[in-house]
Amino acid sequence: MEKRGAGLETELRLGLPGGEVEKNEKKRVFEEFDGCEDKAAVHKNQVVGWPPVAAFRRKNSFNGGKMYVKVSMDGAPFLRKVDLSMHKGYSELVRALEDLFGCFGIGEALKEDEENNEFVPIYEDKDGDWMLLGDVPWEMFANSCKRLRMMKRADANGVGLHAKDLLKGFSKED
Amino acid sequence: MCMFQSVMNYFPEEVLDHVFDFLTSHRDRNAVSLVCKSWYSVERFSREKVFIGNCYAVNPERLIDRFPRLRSLSLKGKPHFADFNLVPHDWGGRVYPWIEAMAKSRINLEELRLKRMVVSDESLELLAKSFPNFKSLVLVSCEGFTTDGLAAIASNCKFLRELDLQENEVDDRKGHWLSCFPESCTSLVSLNFACLKGEVNVAALERLVARCRNLRSLRLNHTVPLEVLQKILVQAPQLNDLGTGSFTHDPNSETYVKLKNAMKNCHSIRSLSGFLDVNGRCLPAVYPICTSLTALNLSYAPGLFSNELAKLIYHCKKIERLWILDTIGDKGLGVVANTCKELQELRVFPSDLYGVGNAAVTEEGLVAISAGCPKLNSILYFCQQMTNAALITVAKNCPNFIRFRLCTLNPVVPDAATNQPLDEGFGAIVQSCKGLTRLSVSGQLTDQVFLYIGMYAEQLEMLSIAFAGDSDKGMLYVLNGCKKLKKLEIRDSPFGNMALLSDMGKYETMRSLWMSSCQVTLGACKTLAEKMPRLNVEIISENEGGAGEGEARLDDRDRVEKMYLYRTLVGPRTDAPDFVWTL
Repeated sequence: MEKRGAGLETELRLGLPGGEVEKNEKKRVFEEFDGCEDKAAVHKNQVVGWPPVAAFRRKNSFNGGKMYVKVSMDGAPFLRKVDLSMHKGYSELVRALEDLFGCFGIGEALKEDEENNEFVPIYEDKDGDWMLLGDVPWEMFANSCKRLRMMKRADANGVGLHAKDLLKGFSKED
Repeated sequence: MCMFQSVMNYFPEEVLDHVFDFLTSHRDRNAVSLVCKSWYSVERFSREKVFIGNCYAVNPERLIDRFPRLRSLSLKGKPHFADFNLVPHDWGGRVYPWIEAMAKSRINLEELRLKRMVVSDESLELLAKSFPNFKSLVLVSCEGFTTDGLAAIASNCKFLRELDLQENEVDDRKGHWLSCFPESCTSLVSLNFACLKGEVNVAALERLVARCRNLRSLRLNHTVPLEVLQKILVQAPQLNDLGTGSFTHDPNSETYVKLKNAMKNCHSIRSLSGFLDVNGRCLPAVYPICTSLTALNLSYAPGLFSNELAKLIYHCKKIERLWILDTIGDKGLGVVANTCKELQELRVFPSDLYGVGNAAVTEEGLVAISAGCPKLNSILYFCQQMTNAALITVAKNCPNFIRFRLCTLNPVVPDAATNQPLDEGFGAIVQSCKGLTRLSVSGQLTDQVFLYIGMYAEQLEMLSIAFAGDSDKGMLYVLNGCKKLKKLEIRDSPFGNMALLSDMGKYETMRSLWMSSCQVTLGACKTLAEKMPRLNVEIISENEGGAGEGEARLDDRDRVEKMYLYRTLVGPRTDAPDFVWTL
């Protein structure tokens, strides 16, 4: 019996600073297991373009299009809300967050200089996991984000994050 | 044939011309033009309506050259999988060159129907100013324009009958495009702006409706409130097709009572849609209309609960076409099955794309529908799970399917009862439904399902495959078996070079082939392109870093992420962006 789905392995690569992404490197967000033990990722519908619902319909028939999520910032006395459907990509969202919390230059600072910026943007997804902003395509993020948090960088130390890896999804939209 | 031809040639061309007038279908006309040179010539001068399924298969010059009396043009641009974000933005499909060429050649264009094309404001302005008899503009799943372009159409097209915007991405500049219809405009028969996001001038809308006595179809957007709908219905009780805007109000208010009365007076409404932003308690106002409805689209109304939907559908005994969300549930589909005996087409869309899927439907709903609705011939069904047994039952109950599209929310889910692949179920469908022209398969599938498809699906024209099959054999079964295949689109399946290259001539009999995340390599694509000059073989890169770089860095042995090939009379297109490489 031939092996099914030969091309469906997950390919995770670290974006090397200054290096380019290889043409054939494509991050697949679901994994094929021969033994069918864990089809978790496929179950969670994290495949791009599946289910095959037209983009227009996706944007317009769910919750009247609006996607308000809470945003908290460590140290701030109250939370804010942001409508993810109002933004077309990560850069726009980051700008909106900057406006909300008056902490300018989150995006810029993170791209250039680790030291200066205090906050790391993370979000809670539908599984309850806390994820770093920017890894997955925008639409996938917008549809799985339950809430956002601006985490103090100090709390993230020891995880081995490099600023230039952090927002590799951002530069594409600029 | 010779004697027949000479008999026909006895008649002057005017007679042939008159005979051909009765041929409306473009397939008939295409067939007729192949009979002989004389018929080709008469036919081409008499054809007024042209349909072009792939805008890159020909070019504007050839179109105009062959059909100088062109009045109505339908064009399709991007491949179908562009709907699911698999085709990068800026791939192509611009309509401007077509409009420009027709304007230059003084074509008497009256109708333009576009699907998945890029339409700029400049195109719309040029369109509006170049064709004095322009009557009908239908845009489906298009993008690239703003309400400024619509304003140009409204202002300049004196005899406009139809402006129909379906599911387009429109940049709403909130400038009063609707107010641009001059007071002298009374010719509108159909106006659909449901997909627009911005507000319209409601006073202008009411006046427009009041003076267009021939208005038959009106679809509003979500910014038009219920109060305005009520006033419009009083002005236009002759409507056949209504798309409500928002449908929410206090059901105890005077406005609501007035709406109910207005609706009672609308005896001609046969098609109902909208309910963008709806309060379920307002639905009873439409019950009087329900009894005569033949088409109902509630697929943009996620706020309706299953029981509200069921109550509404209970009144819709004559429904032939129903589009709904899976919030209806299997039970609700049971109500449909018991009530809608005239049902021909059903589409059940998912309401919860990324969640756990509580609201989904299962194989039960589908079986109920197949048992209760004998006239069912077209289905699109997004479901949580499916079984072979259910599909076999459906196949037995409904041998008349023309279109059968099943999408399991998990693309590789096996039979929910037996854990087997869904090969047998789909096999039963193709074996039973001898008239099947369109099929989408999903769930766990091996090469076996393609063996069945190749063997039985003799009329199949379009096939969509995702995450299916084991080997090249699967694709080969389809290519060898489905003689009438026109469009094949495949993603994430282990089909490779052997299948791609086995019958290269086949692709000239088809409109197009899409393969993404499969096993075909660059080398094989190059071979194909070299051997088949009348095909465009496009390699589409992910990154907009320039195919120039890609060309240098991709090896012939590397797999190609996205390949789109199509037959064409006009060679590689000149408007391809950097990331598209035509081999």
